[in-house]
Amino acid sequence: MGIDITQFHQIFFEESFEGLEAMESALLDLSRGSGNSELIHEIFRAAHSIKGGSGTFGFSAVSEFTHVMETLLDEMREGQREINESALNLLLESVDVVRGMLEAARDGGVLEADRVAATQSRLEAMLNGDDIVVQASSSMAGQQDIHKGWQIDFKPYPELMKTGNDPVLMFHELAEMGELKVVVDTSGIPSAAHFDPEECYLSWKLSLMGDVTEEQINEIFEWVDGDCDLTINPIAVEDSDQIAAAQVETGSHESCAVAQAERQPATDRQADEAAPNQGERRAVAESSIRVNITKIDELINMVGELVITQSMLGQVGSELENVDSSKLEKLRNGLVQLERNTRELQESVMRIRMFPISYSFNRFPRMVHDLSSQLGKKVELKISGEATELDKTVMEKISDPLVHLVRNALDHGIETPDARVAKGKPETGVVHLNAYHKGGNIIIEVSDDGGGLPADRILAKARQRALIADDEPLTREKTLDLIFEPGFTTAEELSDVSGRGVGMDVVRRNIRDLGGSIEVTSEQDKGSKFTVRLPLTLAILDGQLLSVGSETFIMPLISIVESLQLDCDLINTVAGQAEMYRLRDDYVPVVRLCKLFGIKPKSMSLQDGLLVVVEQDGMRIGLLVDELLGQQQVVIKSLETNFRRVEGLSGATILGDGTVALILDVGGLIAMSGRDPASGPPHKKEQAA
Amino acid sequence: MSAVKAEQQEIDNAATLIGMSNNDDQYLTFILDNEEYGIDILRVQEIKGWDKVTRIPNTPEFVQGVINLRGSIVPIIDLRQRFNIEKLEYGPTTVVIVLRVQDEDSDCIMGVVVDAVSDVYNIAKEQLREIPPSFSSSIMESVRCIATVNEKMVILLDVDHLLNADELTALGSIDT
Amino acid sequence: MATILAVDDSNSMRQMVSFTLKQAGYEVMEAADGVEALELAKNNVFGLVISDVNMPRMDGITLIKQLRSMASYKFTPLLMLTTEAGPEKKREGKEAGATGWIVKPFNPDQLLATIKRVLA
Repeated sequence: MGIDITQFHQIFFEESFEGLEAMESALLDLSRGSGNSELIHEIFRAAHSIKGGSGTFGFSAVSEFTHVMETLLDEMREGQREINESALNLLLESVDVVRGMLEAARDGGVLEADRVAATQSRLEAMLNGDDIVVQASSSMAGQQDIHKGWQIDFKPYPELMKTGNDPVLMFHELAEMGELKVVVDTSGIPSAAHFDPEECYLSWKLSLMGDVTEEQINEIFEWVDGDCDLTINPIAVEDSDQIAAAQVETGSHESCAVAQAERQPATDRQADEAAPNQGERRAVAESSIRVNITKIDELINMVGELVITQSMLGQVGSELENVDSSKLEKLRNGLVQLERNTRELQESVMRIRMFPISYSFNRFPRMVHDLSSQLGKKVELKISGEATELDKTVMEKISDPLVHLVRNALDHGIETPDARVAKGKPETGVVHLNAYHKGGNIIIEVSDDGGGLPADRILAKARQRALIADDEPLTREKTLDLIFEPGFTTAEELSDVSGRGVGMDVVRRNIRDLGGSIEVTSEQDKGSKFTVRLPLTLAILDGQLLSVGSETFIMPLISIVESLQLDCDLINTVAGQAEMYRLRDDYVPVVRLCKLFGIKPKSMSLQDGLLVVVEQDGMRIGLLVDELLGQQQVVIKSLETNFRRVEGLSGATILGDGTVALILDVGGLIAMSGRDPASGPPHKKEQAA
Repeated sequence: MSAVKAEQQEIDNAATLIGMSNNDDQYLTFILDNEEYGIDILRVQEIKGWDKVTRIPNTPEFVQGVINLRGSIVPIIDLRQRFNIEKLEYGPTTVVIVLRVQDEDSDCIMGVVVDAVSDVYNIAKEQLREIPPSFSSSIMESVRCIATVNEKMVILLDVDHLLNADELTALGSIDT
Repeated sequence: MATILAVDDSNSMRQMVSFTLKQAGYEVMEAADGVEALELAKNNVFGLVISDVNMPRMDGITLIKQLRSMASYKFTPLLMLTTEAGPEKKREGKEAGATGWIVKPFNPDQLLATIKRVLA
């Protein structure tokens, strides 16, 4: 029949990786001593599942390997083997090996055969050379005698029907192997008064002629072994003729009819019972289905388009005038409804992509466990807020940066147990991963109670690398910020663990690419805390529309600190170039967007414009714009897909009237204004133009 | 083209469409400053009229801006300016050819403003002539070769090289 | 053609079994464990139940016992999917009322051939 089994591979892989994660997590819990007896059963089941699946789908190496694990686990769950640390560690390693094997199988990569073999023999050794139970294959290497045929006497016990077996179907199977003749013996059927329709009173004599082994026949009767009397005798050539003499064919005689009739009442009863139980209790457990992520992305894109279309309609609706007012009223109501529905739909769809950050945090217990032993440090990992949700793509992209931060905390932050004790701190250091929502963002904190960032060493290194001038005074904040500069590391040796420390600038860049920011605070000998701020979703933005000249731009609301009309008295010009605005206790550089972007503004004079104070990574500037238009939710469209990255812009969007508006990027604007002091006040000769 | 020749061309086109040989490529040609240029028709996504464009700051002059093409943000290039020819006023007859451009790692869509669209020709590989090497400039790199069609010279352009994003970035920084 | 109930906590196994049977023209319903299976069995008529043994919430042996205690499933063929071909597991199954077993790993053709023994 040739059904292609490979179509199920992907799901098998996904499921197995999940199973491995569950195993790992449970093994870690057990090793911490914080497990319950149910855990070992879970671990066993997961291994069992992977073993079964891999065998079915043809990954025999995986199946063999997991079989040994399963045997070990079986002994543990039966209480025949102690659940000790070495066993758990070996099992943890084995989980890694299986993971590697499955990855190799899935991606067609190279398999570390040595590691597999080595780990497998260690598992076997742990089993103390017990004979490993190999699955009995369904075909036994038994007798190979082939005779001309076989004589089969088959007498089922009365209860045979209750096993669900059907002799007639079994005979059909026999008939496929050779020439079958069946003779029924109805002598056992009692009178009608004593006839129990649930019992079997018939017996049969069969002859099967052909190239058949006794094994094959036994196999067909395997299931009814113990529910019948069965004798199988070979037929010599001479006997076969005798059998041929007493013929009755299968399928056409009353015995079959009776056999069928016996089942009939049962099926009728089934039908009766089914009817009243219609649609009663629903399954209590929450169910879920797997969906391909491309489908979700398509769905989200479509909803995005819907939002645009709905907003276009809304716009048209609001502009209608010379229309019958009752119809207009209806139209307007309909549009309001549409807007509400679209918004709800959009929120629901966006929520589909939201996943709890625990998916990302999950890898850390294992990592900390391994790393701390590798480094000879004692570290406890605390996790909180793991239920905090964020967009799947954001989560995927933040994983590597988080790994880097945690590695750093372990490698450079937490001191060795001796050093900690010498400082009067507990031997075990703590690394804390925390996540929570705040103002439309998700905040992730990675903190440790280690030695803190060495500010003086950072300063010295920065001076040495000429990142800053020798005499430039820096605040503590700015000093710590230096660690994000490319090529910066104060690690005395390049440790194997965190690499060259090239990570920090990449970490910050990755976070910025997501529209987020990262800050660090630290105290000598007390510890450090990295705070990562990320937008909740990538695709939709709450924006403030503003205009400069005839151009409309969008500023993300998140970045806006405040907007105000300028009081000219509060402007100071520095060195004839840069303008600063005094905002309460602070000075904010004024940046003329018209200059940065080369647009002709409505007015060059400061009084007519509005100042929009924006912030990124702790830095603030005030953007001078002509007008503030409405606020709305916009769908972010990439400029880079068909064009390229433009500094100062983070993307584009399509407004209700179908035109394109550009979305501003505060970080880029700050950088641009920093380079070009001519973003300041117009020179006298320009004002004339 | 005279009426007879036009008909001849039509017949040729139809014939080759039905039984196109491997040696032929189809080209869409357009007019720019009285010269005829051709591009691989497989790269042409659509032809549309001129629409209001959103300017992008700090980009080379020949980058007019971006438009909304059924939900995608597509940049529009003025080919005259790209070739350093004086730009014309845009009007209702201005034509934009939307092209599929291929970069090493990605595909993207861009639009080019031309004077007018001309025709579609089948041009056999044997008819192509390479540009004499004495011509050299960054623009000329986008010219693949020249062909003669019905006694007219058609300049065949390499779409990928003409509008390559890296080039645009490089040019962008030179101009500003 | 009859409706078959496929019970297995492994998604991939369930899918394969389901797909194979559907290709052969059977109607198939699925359950991820014994509890779900029992619910479905109460509300539907199945001509055959194929069930894994190791499952959370309710394992295969218990499911078979439960099914056999229902009048409508007294004679229905109930097959166990098991990786263990040892005699005790078979005996356990039979005592619970199983019709027979299919040993994992199996391929789709084997599955189809085997169910012919109990399903017309």
